[in-house]
Amino acid sequence: MSATKAPVKKHNGPRESLFSRSGAMLVMAICTFYFLIPIWWLFVAATKDRGDFTSSAPLWFADFNLVENIVNLANYRDGLFFQWMLNSILYAGAGAAVATLFATMMGYALAKYSFRGRETLFNVVLGGVLVPATALALPLFLVFSQVGATNTFWSVFLPSIVSPFGVYLARIYATSSVPDELVEAARIDGSGEVRTFFTVATRLMTPAMVTIFLFQFVTIWNNFFLPLIMLRDEKLFPVTLGLYIWNSQVNQIPEIRAYVIIGALLSIIPLIIAFLSLQRFWRSGLGTGALK
Amino acid sequence: MTTDIATPATPKKAVTKKTRAKTKATNNRAAVLFFIAPFSILFSLFYILPILVAIYQSLLTVEREGTFGKPTEVFGGFVQYARVFQDSSFWDSILRVLGFGIVQVPVMLGLALLLALLLDSPLVKGKRFFRLAFFAPYAVPGVIAAVMWGFLYSPNLSPFTAITKEINFLGADLVLWSIANVVTWVFVGYNMIIIYSALLAIPSEIYEAARLDGASQARIAWSIKIPLITPAITLTAIFSIIGTLQLLAEPQVFKSFTSAVTSTYTPNLLIYSTASVPNVNLAAAFSVVLALFTFALSFTVLKFTQRKAD
Repeated sequence: MSATKAPVKKHNGPRESLFSRSGAMLVMAICTFYFLIPIWWLFVAATKDRGDFTSSAPLWFADFNLVENIVNLANYRDGLFFQWMLNSILYAGAGAAVATLFATMMGYALAKYSFRGRETLFNVVLGGVLVPATALALPLFLVFSQVGATNTFWSVFLPSIVSPFGVYLARIYATSSVPDELVEAARIDGSGEVRTFFTVATRLMTPAMVTIFLFQFVTIWNNFFLPLIMLRDEKLFPVTLGLYIWNSQVNQIPEIRAYVIIGALLSIIPLIIAFLSLQRFWRSGLGTGALK
Repeated sequence: MTTDIATPATPKKAVTKKTRAKTKATNNRAAVLFFIAPFSILFSLFYILPILVAIYQSLLTVEREGTFGKPTEVFGGFVQYARVFQDSSFWDSILRVLGFGIVQVPVMLGLALLLALLLDSPLVKGKRFFRLAFFAPYAVPGVIAAVMWGFLYSPNLSPFTAITKEINFLGADLVLWSIANVVTWVFVGYNMIIIYSALLAIPSEIYEAARLDGASQARIAWSIKIPLITPAITLTAIFSIIGTLQLLAEPQVFKSFTSAVTSTYTPNLLIYSTASVPNVNLAAAFSVVLALFTFALSFTVLKFTQRKAD
């Protein structure tokens, strides 16, 4: 491989002219600026006290007050913001974990067993991929209000543990990465079907499972319409809804603006950590989803 | 593998095989049930049931006995749907998001494709950094991104006051495109990663011959790479169309920055404000029509691109 590739590259090297290479790098530089400046601005703004926020240069630091700002946020209204963060972590973390388990089981069954109605079932789930979460928010509200369960933790948590896209991804991945021979071998060794799934299949499907987890986590973390329509009690709010409410009060309560900014910064940190630490997995997993 | 070689000449073996297959099948039925039950039950409860309830609610109408009588819900047939079709604010909102989508989706996907191709070409150094930098905005929830850009558009607080004092990004003329910019900013990286993954899956032997023949990178991208990644582009296009029609969080946030965004600005904002009136039956009818419209549009894109690929 490398033996055949090396001469090609060498021969090909000079053809990429300096002109097209610098053109490409210019595009990359402009885009980096576009994508990172808003995040940089947010970080810098979160380190400023109220006076500096309006009076100092927006894209560079004044006095570094990040820690004080976080402490103030924690003291504001008995740490309501951190209650929201905790709620979001619970909704998104536990929700994505359960969603991943169920979607993987379903996708594995669709890939590795033939049973009556299998394709119909898969097509119904695929139809579900095309039904966006926001379109379901009001219908879900109608269902939960029938049983008097709106404005509860479960009214936001339960709908978010269903991931049709996860089933789709799990099926494709199980088909290509869990060999029938291996399942058959486990069977001959006397391993039950369920045990085979948990000991053999899940190990092979880890990249797909991490991808499903991560994307479901992001979906739930970003979810806004469902909690907006379901929840009245602000102690149950996820962080997106809480910050939205605060942001809409900035005109009446000006000091809240600082809390919105520092809160916005803190709310994106968990996702950035999750993406950075798991990128080895989701990159390969996403590729599978896009291929088919 | 080895069982394939078994010939019909050994009937005894065939019988044992058959019985084994039978017990396996019954075992499997229990196992299959175990695997599919949790998802299927939840899917029925939180996908199918809500849709059915919404359709049911959309067929009801509220009637009162006299002006001050107790309101009762009665079956109204397609009364709500007649209202939907006469409601100009609903169709205005649909047209608004369609106009938004016709401009924003191609710009976003074009940029995502360009960046993915550049990352996949030998023209760029430092690919790891760029990939992460472009993807980072995807970690910002739509609501938070809208709050952030609200500050960046502000005529007083923005780092770019030189521009924002001159151009009113939050005025009635531009606010739709200011929202489009927020959506583009969040989702270019996500779409870029999907397209880039598809590009990585192309074996490089396919275009090595073209390179030896002296084809430029642009030519290789246009004639070889893009046709091969059409399925990935279709996927991103469908998700983008769905996202556009469902636009909610960003305009909802922008409502507190500018009066140019009304409570009927996008279909979902209209559904939300109709439901909080409360006129649940009409809101349900809006939801059903919007869902059907979304479904039809995604399906058309899918069919259209499939035919083109044939």
